[in-house]
Amino acid sequence: MKSSIKKNRKNFRAELSQLLGFLFVRISVYTILLVLLFFFYDVSNRGFKVISWEFLSEPPRRGMTEGGILPAIVGTFLVTLITALFAVPIGMAAAIYLHEYARPNRLTRLVRLSIRNLAGVPSIVYGLFGVILFVNWLKFGTSVLSAGLTLGLLTLPWTITASEEALKSVPDSYRHGALALGATKWQMIRTNVLPYALPGMLTGAVLGLARAAGETAPIMFTGAAFYLPYLPRSFKDQFMALPYHLYVMATQHHSIDQAKPIAYGTALVLIVFVVVFNLGAILIRGRLRNKWRH
Amino acid sequence: MDSRLFPEAQAKIIVRNLNLYYGKKQVLKNLNLELPEKRVTAIIGPSGCGKSSFVRVLNRMNDLIPEARVEGQVLIDGENIYDSDVDLAALRKKVGMVFQKPNPFPKSIFDNIAYGLRVGNHRKPAEIEAIVERSLKQAALWDEVKDRLHQSALRLSGGQQQRLCIARALAVEPEIILFDEPCSAIDPIATAKVEELIHQLKKDYTVVIVTHNMQQAARVSDFTAFLWLGELVEFDRTEKIFTNPKNKLTEDYITGRFG
Repeated sequence: MKSSIKKNRKNFRAELSQLLGFLFVRISVYTILLVLLFFFYDVSNRGFKVISWEFLSEPPRRGMTEGGILPAIVGTFLVTLITALFAVPIGMAAAIYLHEYARPNRLTRLVRLSIRNLAGVPSIVYGLFGVILFVNWLKFGTSVLSAGLTLGLLTLPWTITASEEALKSVPDSYRHGALALGATKWQMIRTNVLPYALPGMLTGAVLGLARAAGETAPIMFTGAAFYLPYLPRSFKDQFMALPYHLYVMATQHHSIDQAKPIAYGTALVLIVFVVVFNLGAILIRGRLRNKWRH
Repeated sequence: MDSRLFPEAQAKIIVRNLNLYYGKKQVLKNLNLELPEKRVTAIIGPSGCGKSSFVRVLNRMNDLIPEARVEGQVLIDGENIYDSDVDLAALRKKVGMVFQKPNPFPKSIFDNIAYGLRVGNHRKPAEIEAIVERSLKQAALWDEVKDRLHQSALRLSGGQQQRLCIARALAVEPEIILFDEPCSAIDPIATAKVEELIHQLKKDYTVVIVTHNMQQAARVSDFTAFLWLGELVEFDRTEKIFTNPKNKLTEDYITGRFG
């Protein structure tokens, strides 16, 4: 008997279940998009009203009810810089060690599991740890440096995990091919693995940094100041930061009516900061890919 | 096994009492054989008999498998490659390898061939250029790629990619080339080209080729070793193995009674 390829009742159930499945995943995506869009719309709408050249280029005045948020912008930029300088190289190096050198034994698995778990530790715990390690023991004081390093610790598990995934995505045939041609292990990693893992590593690093830039708890005790009329002059100075400023304006300020618009403006600037960061990462990644794939 | 098998040639590789284990599993059992210089030796046997593992012993690629353990000796030009003072990079320069699946790097054709030179001694660009051209000509690929040396090697066809990998192995001037089922992932026409190439190579190189294709072993090799469950069943001149095998197992295998 020849089977027909026309639609019929028999595969009706299969089609229905497929339809429902698609419907569900589609609704999920639209729900997320909707929330995100509403969120962007709300923050942009209210934030735009206060954003002006003055808002971006001047320090706060009159008990932070007037003026701008320049110290917070600069502070967040500097702290993120320290975080990047600390967490990105160490994270990549740790990932290279774990994936390329460490023997795949119990200890390595334990270390890897611990790193994954660190990614789930609440950020306030990192903040308190930062106070003990950087502020007190290492005597960096409450400063850009202490806060940046604390955020660095917070980012490390993400950077390491993302970098390891990126290394995992490089086919073993590149490694074996290089070794078979007489490359040493380090030559093989440097010339035939890292170049292809780098885009993924950078993406992971930037996502981690973007998250760190928006953190409040870890910097609250390690260097962020409630109010400073000036910019940090060295990495040992205290600083203002966008997320902390936002927290202060939204919850700690006595004059709610005057503080609220500034809080929204700050939120918008912080979001734009993070978005620009991510766009930069996408651009770099695209460039690296093109350079090596063709 | 005695070297009277090839009075006309020197033994390039001498394997003595070789055992290979992956964890508790023994993959190669007490192998003893001598492979002649500037000849093609085929390693045949059913899947899982250890033939790929055997060639990976010869350039110590098995070192990459954490639980792999080797006992016995492998002498190349009289030096045991499992001695503790062996420089793995130098060994692998001397013993090149072409893998089962073509594995071009995602670099340009030129950079693929130059890779082994660049990680080796630092040669001058002009020298590298000359060697790239020579290697591609040796691998019979030059005419097809000479106008696009700086395009990605990934754009080549499967057969071209495999010849690229052969050229890449040739560029570092090895003395021995190991082929691990080099034709299993490419089409018959490309296979014919690679076989022709292997035929040319034995003028200057000692070639060891693993193949599951008996006709291929018969076509390209001078000597054939038949492995079965990790043991060397028979090693002889290819025409003898294929016309008048001593062992019943060998006969059954080459006549296709099992495989």
